[in-house]
Amino acid sequence: MKNSKTKVIKRNSIENRLTEFFIMIAGLWQFQLQFLKQVFVPPYEIDQIRKHMDELGIKTLPIVSVTGFIIGLVITMQMHPVMVRFGAEAFLPGAVGISIVRELAPVITALIFAGRVSSGIGAELGSMRVTEQIDAMEVSAVNPFKYLVITRVFATTFILPILTVYVIFIAFVGSFIAVLLVQNMSYAYFIDKVVSSVEFGDAIPGVLKTFVFGFIVGIVGTYKGYTATNGTEGVGKAATTAVVVSSLMILIFDMVLVKVTLWLWPTV
Amino acid sequence: MAVANSIILLMNNVVEINKVSKAFGSHVVLDNVSLNVEEGENMIVFGQSGTGKSVLLKCIVRLLEPDKGDIFIEGTNVLTLRIKELNDIRKNLGFLFQGAALYDSMSVRENLEFPLIRHFTFTDAEREEKIKSVLEKVSLEEAIDKMPSELSGGMKKRIGLARSIITEPKLMLYDEPTTGLDPITSKEISSLILELQKSLKMTSIVVTHDLLCAEIIADRAIVLNEGIVQHEGTITELTTSRDPFLRNFFSHEIVEEQNRRNNV
Repeated sequence: MKNSKTKVIKRNSIENRLTEFFIMIAGLWQFQLQFLKQVFVPPYEIDQIRKHMDELGIKTLPIVSVTGFIIGLVITMQMHPVMVRFGAEAFLPGAVGISIVRELAPVITALIFAGRVSSGIGAELGSMRVTEQIDAMEVSAVNPFKYLVITRVFATTFILPILTVYVIFIAFVGSFIAVLLVQNMSYAYFIDKVVSSVEFGDAIPGVLKTFVFGFIVGIVGTYKGYTATNGTEGVGKAATTAVVVSSLMILIFDMVLVKVTLWLWPTV
Repeated sequence: MAVANSIILLMNNVVEINKVSKAFGSHVVLDNVSLNVEEGENMIVFGQSGTGKSVLLKCIVRLLEPDKGDIFIEGTNVLTLRIKELNDIRKNLGFLFQGAALYDSMSVRENLEFPLIRHFTFTDAEREEKIKSVLEKVSLEEAIDKMPSELSGGMKKRIGLARSIITEPKLMLYDEPTTGLDPITSKEISSLILELQKSLKMTSIVVTHDLLCAEIIADRAIVLNEGIVQHEGTITELTTSRDPFLRNFFSHEIVEEQNRRNNV
């Protein structure tokens, strides 16, 4: 009897979670449509976009710098013994370069960015929602969707590719230091090896997909914050779910975009 | 003659609410509510918690869409307007939210200039003059460069009020302007609202529980109960009524007010 009751509760809980999930997906889809509907309508709030880009760039620069350096260092140290085992030590800079440019820098920067920015946007807009600041904006005849949502989504979409390019260079510095620890190589030779190995078909798709990741971080963060309910509890929930959903969506879209970019820019 | 009179009446009514209903799911909050507010009048909306007072205010500015009915502001049915036309109406009204709703990320100065920058073409000097003028009205000139987090509850309400009146609106809506404030500050805010209403010749609708505030401000008051306007009259008429509901409703308020007066 007790077992069957527990099973029913568990099933209801799963059903509720699934329902919540599908409602969220539908809401997110509608939110995106609203974004597309309003994005080309003036005013364009250029000053706000620039302000958010500055803020987001400065906010995330220290953490992505450290992350980029560590990625480069660790991946090189990990790959060195493997390359030695296959007698391909000379290919180490090229192999590391391609890994960083194609996958590691875009995805890890996007995930770090999601953790730092998506939660921040979710909490900020969520707090504005529950304290009626968004209503106040609407009553003062200002479109809060344009002022708060579109500006932030634009900022995240365009700042993430810039950060990714920066992280790629920092990762190369980390990688070079790791190379120096295991073998004697000049920076010029290292860069020459990387540049000769990394092709257009590696660099462009890697950076292009970060526009999509940036959009995901912005749209999920703003959606969660803009639609927050239930007071401070709702604000906390908006911040945490924004990170979880945007990180998950980044990984899912990465899977899809790998296929698309390989089709558009075949490497072989 | 009757038609002419009704036109004159319509012209004098700044706000006219006709049979407005609003429900959330199966819970009916407003049920065929009708109300007229005349030009220059201060209308108080009383009611227990959850009787739809704030919902009524939000329906007037279309932060919430009523399920049925009509709401006219200066003769225009706001429920039929497109967003651009609605915003033209919104530019001429002020709304003081319960928690003041100051923009957290902006200083007091930025909060005050926000509507001015977006809807008017003032020069920097004119804008600065306007900001200083409204801050003087609410006696908070020294707060100009402070952030909202540095202000007390009463100061936030005053700045919220300053932000609402900086565009010199014809209609002001107040959602619990004195809630959460001590009796002295509450009295000060109420007197300030009355003073501003007189000097700027505004029409006001004030949602409140605070009888002291209502006594200072009100020309007329209504009592919302179970989604309908159950009583209407002056504050004296309502507080001295023999109606069992009103006696019960105001007895608690009167005791509270006496306590406040003793404290003041």
